[in-house]
Amino acid sequence: MKIYVPNDSTALAQGADDIARALTELDLDLNVVRNGSRGLCWLEPLLEIDSPEGRLGFGRVDPDEISALFAQGVPDRSHARCLGLVEELPYLAKQTRLTAARIGIIEPTSLADYIAHGGFEGLSKAKEMAAANIVAAVTASGLRGRGGAAFPTGIKWQTVLDATGDKKYIVCNADEGDSGTYVDRLIMECDPFVLIEGMIIAGLAVGADQGFIYCRAEYPLAIDRLQQAIEIADDAGYLDNFALQVRKAAGAYICGEETSLLESLEGKRGQIRFRPPLPAIEGLFGKPTVVNNVISLASIPTILAHGPERYQEYGSGRSRGTLTVQLAGNTKHGGLVEVPFGLSLRQLLEDFGGGTATGLPIKAVQAGGPLGAYIPPAQFDTLLDYEAFKEIGAMVGHGGLVVFDENTDMGHMAHFAMEFCAVESCGKCTPCRIGSVRGVEVIDRIRSDEQAQDNRILLHDLCQTMIDGSLCALGGMAPYPVLSIMEHFSDEL
Amino acid sequence: MTNVDIKQVTLEIATPLLNEPGALLPILHALQDHFGYIPTESVAVVARGLNLSRAEVHGVISFYDWFQTAPGGSKTLYICRAEACQAMGAAALEASVKKLLGIDFHQTSRDGSVTLQPVYCLGNCACSPNVMIDDKLYSRVTAESLAGVLAAISEQAS
Repeated sequence: MKIYVPNDSTALAQGADDIARALTELDLDLNVVRNGSRGLCWLEPLLEIDSPEGRLGFGRVDPDEISALFAQGVPDRSHARCLGLVEELPYLAKQTRLTAARIGIIEPTSLADYIAHGGFEGLSKAKEMAAANIVAAVTASGLRGRGGAAFPTGIKWQTVLDATGDKKYIVCNADEGDSGTYVDRLIMECDPFVLIEGMIIAGLAVGADQGFIYCRAEYPLAIDRLQQAIEIADDAGYLDNFALQVRKAAGAYICGEETSLLESLEGKRGQIRFRPPLPAIEGLFGKPTVVNNVISLASIPTILAHGPERYQEYGSGRSRGTLTVQLAGNTKHGGLVEVPFGLSLRQLLEDFGGGTATGLPIKAVQAGGPLGAYIPPAQFDTLLDYEAFKEIGAMVGHGGLVVFDENTDMGHMAHFAMEFCAVESCGKCTPCRIGSVRGVEVIDRIRSDEQAQDNRILLHDLCQTMIDGSLCALGGMAPYPVLSIMEHFSDEL
Repeated sequence: MTNVDIKQVTLEIATPLLNEPGALLPILHALQDHFGYIPTESVAVVARGLNLSRAEVHGVISFYDWFQTAPGGSKTLYICRAEACQAMGAAALEASVKKLLGIDFHQTSRDGSVTLQPVYCLGNCACSPNVMIDDKLYSRVTAESLAGVLAAISEQAS
């Protein structure tokens, strides 16, 4: 009898290893499989038991309850703790899993499992295609950079393909620093081969023979699993023409900005570069370089395997395909929700998220990480779409939605936005380096009611200066959460 | 370990990595993994190996929060300060830990068992608040549950 015990960070932090150990100590003939997580984080550790109809789910299992759960033998569908078939859980059944199709289903580092579930089909197709046609397929899919900037991936690849150079690189940005986002981690921990496959295809498309995955130091398990997967893929011959290695970052948020990331990969301080030249022309070590987020690259295999038409059929407006939304913070049902663009924020927060974990009304949602606006409930009918979010001064970013309940002190969150920018500024440009520190001070004055009205005007001016004058998105966008709080929660700042 | 020993060990750790493209970060990580921090004595050795100035190597070390330049406690406790954890009470958790250990961020508890560091997101934002102790993640942490873990660590260290 197969029993699945997830082994991603979320499940492990809730005692998944202890569950696996307890299962092996039972006097039952069990085959304990360590799968990844389905991304239904609020149910972790989610134990799955094979049955004739499919895999049955048992959520929030505590290691201490294993002996009771298995007291009458392997529990079946009639057991009080059984959630039913995992695939039929509405949270999962209502999703469109294209990029995260395999997570939680397969054993993360089993190449056979990966291939049995459609792995390397995209690569086989790509190998039969001319480089320009691979790029054309990515362009036709409508895929836009999932790291946050939403730049069309195909156009970026075309630029690198067209660039002349004896050497080109594929760099995967796995420096997922935005609070409220964790899908890169899920992919790397639960389906690492899909990222490897995406990078090999990118290499074929632009003529690059070397790649780096720059992964944050805060993700030790993801780094470990990627290294294992790379070794396995290499042994199987997949990396014969593409050298791939993981590089560990060192705790700087700014290194998620692509030019800082390249500086860091080169062994330097992670300070941003002036643009132009674009990294696509002069990137890593001065060579033409594709820099893509984990999710962008992990979406490539499905696009190639099933054709760009199928991918771009999903979506809304100019936002094509699916977005891997991550529900986070004070949400009842936090987890990964991969859906086509076009759902409303309310559907995500209520139908999937089920409201707040504390049971109190939602006060605001911060979308797109620490540089994204706080969105009030009055705007929850906004559709998930890059342009629709932009219209209300918000951003989709990497797809994180952090929920806050009505007890949140929004003035404090504005203060934190500036504080975070001050901590993480690379220091290269003045509006960001100094502006963020001044921002903290001005907000302090407003909050202690020192010439509050004058200081509000000053804060507005300061925010505008940072937006207009900063070199990159950190200083250029850190004011947005502050401005959104001044606009929508004016009695709190 | 004497200064000479540190330099020797640094050389042994750094030499196989010197020809890696962009070798400095991998070398610094390897040194920190070995020593628990990056000793001052290592800087000149690394600089010479990579044909950099000591100032350049120092500049890189000081840029990144992950790199430590002095020995810390036997374990490092990273408390997430980012928004998703704040939405679930991270600020109160942080205050209670600081009070319990009697230290602020970047300091080590008096018994030498734990160094406290802030971190901005551990990527487990649906099960907040989160902390990490060395490589081990703890989620849905409460002041009480964390106090229990810290007590066990303190006992081990003594």
